[in-house]
Amino acid sequence: MAIFVNQHTKVLVQGLTGGQGRFHGLRNRAYGTQVVAGVTPGKAGQDVEGIPVFDSVADAVAATGANASFIAVPPKAAPAAILEAARAGIEFVVCITEGVPAQDEARTFATLQRDYPGTRLLGPNCPGIISPGKCNIGITAGEIAQPPSASGPNVGIVSRSGTLTYQALYELKQQGIGVSTCVGIGGDPVPGTSFVDCLAQFQADPETHAIIMIGEIGGSAEEEAAEFITKHVTKPMSAYIAGVTAPAGKKMGHAGAIVSGGKGTAQGKMDALRAAGVRVGLNPTEAGSLMAEIVRSLK
Amino acid sequence: MDLFEYQGKQYFARFGIPVSPGDVTESVDGAVKIAESIGYPVVVKAQVQVGGRGKAGGIKLATNVGEVRLHAGNILGMDIKGHVVKRVWIERASDIAEEYYASFTLDRAAKQHLLMLSAQGGVDIEEVAAKDPEAIVKLHINPIEGLSAARAREAAKEANIPAAALDGVAEILVKLYECFTKGDCDLAEINPLILKPTGEVHALDAKVSLDGNASFRHPEWDEYEATVELDDREKLAREKNLQYIGLEGSVGIIANGAGLAMSTLDVVNQVGGTAANFLDIGGGANAELMTSALEVINSDKNVRSIFINIFGGITRGEEVAKGVVEAVKRVDLRAPIVIRLDGTNAEEGRRILADAGIPASKLISKPTMLEAARAAVELAK
Repeated sequence: MAIFVNQHTKVLVQGLTGGQGRFHGLRNRAYGTQVVAGVTPGKAGQDVEGIPVFDSVADAVAATGANASFIAVPPKAAPAAILEAARAGIEFVVCITEGVPAQDEARTFATLQRDYPGTRLLGPNCPGIISPGKCNIGITAGEIAQPPSASGPNVGIVSRSGTLTYQALYELKQQGIGVSTCVGIGGDPVPGTSFVDCLAQFQADPETHAIIMIGEIGGSAEEEAAEFITKHVTKPMSAYIAGVTAPAGKKMGHAGAIVSGGKGTAQGKMDALRAAGVRVGLNPTEAGSLMAEIVRSLK
Repeated sequence: MDLFEYQGKQYFARFGIPVSPGDVTESVDGAVKIAESIGYPVVVKAQVQVGGRGKAGGIKLATNVGEVRLHAGNILGMDIKGHVVKRVWIERASDIAEEYYASFTLDRAAKQHLLMLSAQGGVDIEEVAAKDPEAIVKLHINPIEGLSAARAREAAKEANIPAAALDGVAEILVKLYECFTKGDCDLAEINPLILKPTGEVHALDAKVSLDGNASFRHPEWDEYEATVELDDREKLAREKNLQYIGLEGSVGIIANGAGLAMSTLDVVNQVGGTAANFLDIGGGANAELMTSALEVINSDKNVRSIFINIFGGITRGEEVAKGVVEAVKRVDLRAPIVIRLDGTNAEEGRRILADAGIPASKLISKPTMLEAARAAVELAK
């Protein structure tokens, strides 16, 4: 088991003929992911190292049975690409595009909710998802992820930040701890998939025994997660929140990472998570070693 | 990107939101010219992006040319909480019967637009929220449904806006919502929204924050870009396309990824140091990028040590190490570097750094974030 994606997931890449789509799409295939199609309007009939390219998502789905999409197109084109995938019946859409306007994200999300409830969006502006040993969609370096062990315990990772996600994967690998699935939800203001969505899935996944959550300043997603954890998550958790020292009113790289009006501070988020029974590390390494302790206690 | 009041008002005017007639200037003579053309009395308002302008003496009423000269002269160049006033906005003074508050933002938790409306305007809305939360009406708006005039009117009624002002307020709410959505704002706020004794409603102030991601469809934003106030370090970083934010500390920071960069600031702080900046060089860490980053850090006189924190994912450790070695050769650094290189092929990367023949007084390699932070903070003392 894993969450959202596994060895049966068939992936098409929207923007496979572009620089990013080609680079990451081929890397994902080399990892073992079933990358079955590419979509670029006007380029049907071509192929990218053997992966057939279609004019539309609908054509690609009809020909290959793809059920997931990896979107690597420019910000202007991303909202339409997401909705095209949803219209074609794609169940899981990963959009790594950085720089989509917040108004477009809000409208796209509301449209998915109203018209395509069967489609889940991850991102935009996210590193993607990896179920180690099974499926890798996005920009994660697959070799730093330890596949889960049959006997467990295995850890699920959910994160708002790209490089900190890698850091978490890497530290677990150093300690020989397997990962069921690692989800990067991205740092934008309207993420398609939230912490809560992932926590619910990890809680239900028999292959996941403990969960690491990596948050950052801005918004209230971590506080909502803490509320959900209190009510619904029984699996042990560790967490780290980046941005304790971030000054108010400055966007720290991500559009979403900003402390405004005294809200969204790291301290408030850490307090909420601690109150929910999560062990909170003061740096990513500490969150990793806390998880190692948790895993040892589960063995 | 936050707009100055005068830019916010000009932006409002594009969407038909009534504002007082006025104009902006950088000189006393300019202020006089504007005042003479719009007619007295006028208000002379300092254009700075910080609250409390009025209390600091940055907003003055002028009833004749002498007063305009006096006030504009005093306000231009004034320092308001560290912000030096470069421009003043001169507008026709308004008679005020009542003051309200209205704003639109994105409620990230609800993933919907949020209208906040109150009949208690003209004061800090955070204070109203703390003292009398009932006085603020909050209305969620589905982004694909939008805000109708009827719903805007209902909200105004619920906020106890008096009957005489209901239509005027509702009309402005619909226009402000359009400014917020079509105008790609993160925030569109009017405080105060005033009712004049004559019955008209209009925006007396404007607070607008634009979503930089939408700049591709707003060529008109170029003039706002030009007035963004950056320090010299930030200007250099912008020229080099780096994600840089200047801070006050002594440890220069370079990291790949926004989360890791934030985390690096935190760890430096945790071991007793202070960061001089936030700098994210993104996923790749080649020699070009590293050189640009080091040049920006090197331009900061406060920097006494440099902490490079790189986690190799797709970018492998040896490539990062080669980039650092090359960059160190190109830039004549004033401060020593402590580097923590981890992730894919990190060991090979560390070997390249060790074999590069760079003296330890210039570059030290540490295996973990915490050790590297300690070393960098020690060197910055």
